Amino acid sequence: MAISIEDVEHVAKLARLALSDDEKETFRRQLSDVLEHARIISEVDTSGVPLTSHPLPLVNVFRHDRSRPSLPQDEVTSNAAWAEDGAFKVPKIV
Amino acid sequence: MEINFQEAVEIADQIKKKEYSAVEATEAFLARIEEVEPKVKAFINVSAEVARERAAGIDTRIAAGEDPGRFGGVPIAIKDVLSTRGVPTTCGSRMLEGFIPVYDATVVQRINDAGTVMLGKANMDEFAMGSSTENSYFGPTRNPWDLERVPGGSSGGSAAAVAAGEAPWALGSDTGGSIRQPAALCGIVGMKPTYGLVSRYGLVAFASSLDQVGPLTRSVRDCAALLGIIAGHDPCDSTSIPEPAPDYLAFLKGEVKGLKAGVVKELSSEGIEPGVLERFNATVETLERLGVDCEEVSLPSFSYGLSAYYLIAPAEASSNLARFDGVRYGYRAAGESEDVWEMYDRTRSEGFGGEVKRRIMLGTYALSAGYYDAYYAQAQKIRTLIMRDYGRAWESYDALVCPTSPSVAFKLGEKTDDPLTMYLSDICTIPVNLAGIPALSLPCGLSEGLPVGFQIMGPPMSEMKILDVAYALEREIGFDARPPMEG
Repeated sequence: MAISIEDVEHVAKLARLALSDDEKETFRRQLSDVLEHARIISEVDTSGVPLTSHPLPLVNVFRHDRSRPSLPQDEVTSNAAWAEDGAFKVPKIV
Repeated sequence: MEINFQEAVEIADQIKKKEYSAVEATEAFLARIEEVEPKVKAFINVSAEVARERAAGIDTRIAAGEDPGRFGGVPIAIKDVLSTRGVPTTCGSRMLEGFIPVYDATVVQRINDAGTVMLGKANMDEFAMGSSTENSYFGPTRNPWDLERVPGGSSGGSAAAVAAGEAPWALGSDTGGSIRQPAALCGIVGMKPTYGLVSRYGLVAFASSLDQVGPLTRSVRDCAALLGIIAGHDPCDSTSIPEPAPDYLAFLKGEVKGLKAGVVKELSSEGIEPGVLERFNATVETLERLGVDCEEVSLPSFSYGLSAYYLIAPAEASSNLARFDGVRYGYRAAGESEDVWEMYDRTRSEGFGGEVKRRIMLGTYALSAGYYDAYYAQAQKIRTLIMRDYGRAWESYDALVCPTSPSVAFKLGEKTDDPLTMYLSDICTIPVNLAGIPALSLPCGLSEGLPVGFQIMGPPMSEMKILDVAYALEREIGFDARPPMEG
């Protein structure tokens, strides 16, 4: 399964990664190799086989909606590159 | 020096008997770290002062006649993927350089409650993606058995630290073999528990349906002890199994006579190095001598495990790693950005290394419109088939066995240019994660002077039985877990 530079650019955009031209070519080649190897799974007849997204038979876990102690605001923002007055700051969005 | 190669359970006993103090134990390991760390580089960060203070606190409690915890004063290394309050947690990534967690992972809380003393944070492949620890932003870890070789990965720092006598035991995480493969390559014991047995709260997520925290130890007794500390229900993890965990160490007997084991044909013939295969076959014979009935079993879907994994795990990773956007924590690209989108793009491009970008790209591709059914959905169906193959096997066998890794430790740089070849290192360990079952890697001897791992797999929640098989084998094999390092 060979993928094109355009495919790489499209996926990089979806993943919010800015790639250099060198990176694009390397990823094009390497992703093609991995996807080529992955093609063997298409040989398997899986008609009627359900999907497994998780190894456990999960059900929703509920708890009572009671307030509990939480972290102080200044600790929560302590790892942010840019925070002010208890808020995270970012460049302009619109 | 001897304390550095003692079992953790022995160290706990010696401290209780006041043969030496918690401070003396911690100092012995800090001294060993100082001695060999320039060569091994198992740690990203050694938190010596935190360790000394904690060890002194344990000694004060012992002197006052208080209970210091079941493993009071025993040092431990923690993979840098687990959140440690006040101690930097990087995940081996530039993205989290300087990040200081504001809470402890549940497993960290539990090892603290047991009285252990954290020595520092162990090196790893960036965001646990890799099989050699060469993907760490902070540089590779070396294998104590041969410093020109990799320790395996992604928990390579944890495994190397234990093998080199820098820590008696360590915590790691395993998404596709990241505890078992480095344990095998470094000649120690490593276990991936049943999915949901150990809390993932405070574990930086890679692939949430596959990740589990587990022990890397010098012996099977230590493995049982450390698993006993960290296992059990946690309300902070919605995938945590709501059952108490048994006291594995207390119940460990090593009685295996009459058990039945299946040797997985698909994982113990083609593609396995001859020297590894020889040690593996010899260990199967040892198992038979111990009274375990062994026969070959074919699990055909396992041939597709690797391909399914390298679609499912990157798909989950691409979603999990979307949180690293330079806003709430972690790296943010320096300088002005035009708008928030440019800031995201630059931050993620500068903060993530090559392998992480590759997996995010692969996962995003597998999930994107037009390819979802052919790749991601088909991989999830293969996952169902692998679980069915295991289910059928458990009707006839108590355990399944195969080599842990298809090769012994390889040379640094040998596989870094070819991701697909690197991915093949995980071929024997991956089916376990896809099915959510427990498995353990036990050192079973040397090939060309390098350790070989023997993998024992069992049905969900069969940790006790797996540990018993490993314990029986360990006593019979008598592997010397001390690498021939100078000093």
